[in-house]
Amino acid sequence: MTGTPDDAAGSALSGWQGTRQPDRGAGADVLSDGNTGGAPWLELASLPLLLLIWQVAAWMSQSRFLPGPVRVAAEIRDLAAGGPLIGDFGLTLLRALAGFAVAMVVGTLLGIALGRTRWADRLFAPWVVVGLNIPAIVVGIICYISLGLSDVALILAVVINKVPLVATMMREGVRALSADYDELAATFRMSRARYLRRVLVPQLIPYLLAAARAGLALVWKMVLVFEVLGSDGGVGFRVGLYFQMFDMTGILAYTCCFVAIIMALEYGVLRPTERRVLQWRRDRG
Amino acid sequence: MAQGPGLSLRVDRLALGPGAPLFCDLRMQVAPGTILALLGPSGVGKTTLLRILSGAERRWQGEVQVGNLPAAQAPTPGYVFQDARLLPWLSAADNLRAVAPDLTDARIDELLCQVGLVGHKDAWPHALSGGMQRRLALARALSVNPDLLLLDEPFVSLDRSMVRDLQALFLRVFRAGNPTVIIVTHDPEDAACMADRAVVLHGRPAHVIADVTLAGRPGQRSAADIARLARDLARAGAPAAVLT
Repeated sequence: MTGTPDDAAGSALSGWQGTRQPDRGAGADVLSDGNTGGAPWLELASLPLLLLIWQVAAWMSQSRFLPGPVRVAAEIRDLAAGGPLIGDFGLTLLRALAGFAVAMVVGTLLGIALGRTRWADRLFAPWVVVGLNIPAIVVGIICYISLGLSDVALILAVVINKVPLVATMMREGVRALSADYDELAATFRMSRARYLRRVLVPQLIPYLLAAARAGLALVWKMVLVFEVLGSDGGVGFRVGLYFQMFDMTGILAYTCCFVAIIMALEYGVLRPTERRVLQWRRDRG
Repeated sequence: MAQGPGLSLRVDRLALGPGAPLFCDLRMQVAPGTILALLGPSGVGKTTLLRILSGAERRWQGEVQVGNLPAAQAPTPGYVFQDARLLPWLSAADNLRAVAPDLTDARIDELLCQVGLVGHKDAWPHALSGGMQRRLALARALSVNPDLLLLDEPFVSLDRSMVRDLQALFLRVFRAGNPTVIIVTHDPEDAACMADRAVVLHGRPAHVIADVTLAGRPGQRSAADIARLARDLARAGAPAAVLT
């Protein structure tokens, strides 16, 4: 049998020669475990406390530019019952989800390619830096000018802005992959599918979750800004209208709904997912 | 576990970087069912030799036969790494399934029972002690039903009493199946306790400076026999600084 140098590219041999911490697991520091200490009721009391402070401040200021939470809640009820609130949020959600999904897929593939291929990283790393530093609003304006005020332009602008962030995080994840586990997979002759499922993906999941969380926050904000900039509907468009009318109650009504959706995603989707897939790390304590 | 295959190894050349090659015209024959201890200083290429036998190392020229097949085409060997190398995101049972997906629950129970880990099927690796992790690594190696077992310093960093327990466990496993076994170790006492043949590598390129058939059967030697064999082994082959 004759081995070839090409076969050995990326071999795990360096794994047992170099420093390694296989038991810690890749990406161990990317996400916090959410264990911040202190009594759990503090987290439960946090938002009611904010609402209370807001109400007191509104009562003290007696200004039409600072309506209290009770008035804002009534506005939300009215907007949801017969107004444009549901439609606006539906539109914004669709745009955000489309941009998020495309950016996650493209960014993940790009990050893996950059992390795995040295020449690609050298060639494209400066592009990523440029992408990370171009102001989002500039990208939005360029897309609108080039493609017109359309959903495609808006989603493309979101994707262009978010891909560098996801690619950067995933590239770090790939760079942190343990060569020891690659050697394990090679030694036990794991199939490619089994290697992906049992070895590669679990190491990348912390990075994927971190990229998803950071990316989601970014996408929301960008979609709203681009909707203000040029759109015929959606939360940003509506907030822009309220801004022109100095309607602070309407702005806060949309903002509160927006925050509620973010919190629902955080506590209803992201945290449970994180708890489930990273259970082994939490149990480690 | 089936009767182990014979091994025929000829590495014409293996260079991992600049300077002298690691191996140059290294030859070795191992009879079926032999428990062979591979000794030598750090960096001499013991682990690399195991990797060649496992088919994971490809940067070499020569010919290695496991039974009648080239190493890379031979059935998957059982491999125990120096550092247990368990996948921390998988339970004990899933660590076995990761390398042998067709394992039934009953077979997993049997393997865990064989290595003394009954009741730890759902445990995370980090919840196990160092010795238990090595046991799980052995169970994983056995899960592919190997006729060739490759053990890379399986007792390193463990205290003496744990080493004795593990040696007894490994010997029980060897007796149960009569596989061909290659154990990489720094410690001549490990070789004297567990092997029926010891080969000492030295230098760069590595060459065999001692090839000793050890008297008596592994597991049936007295403490005095083991101590004497270890001394003889040190005297027969390696410089004392290497083996002690």
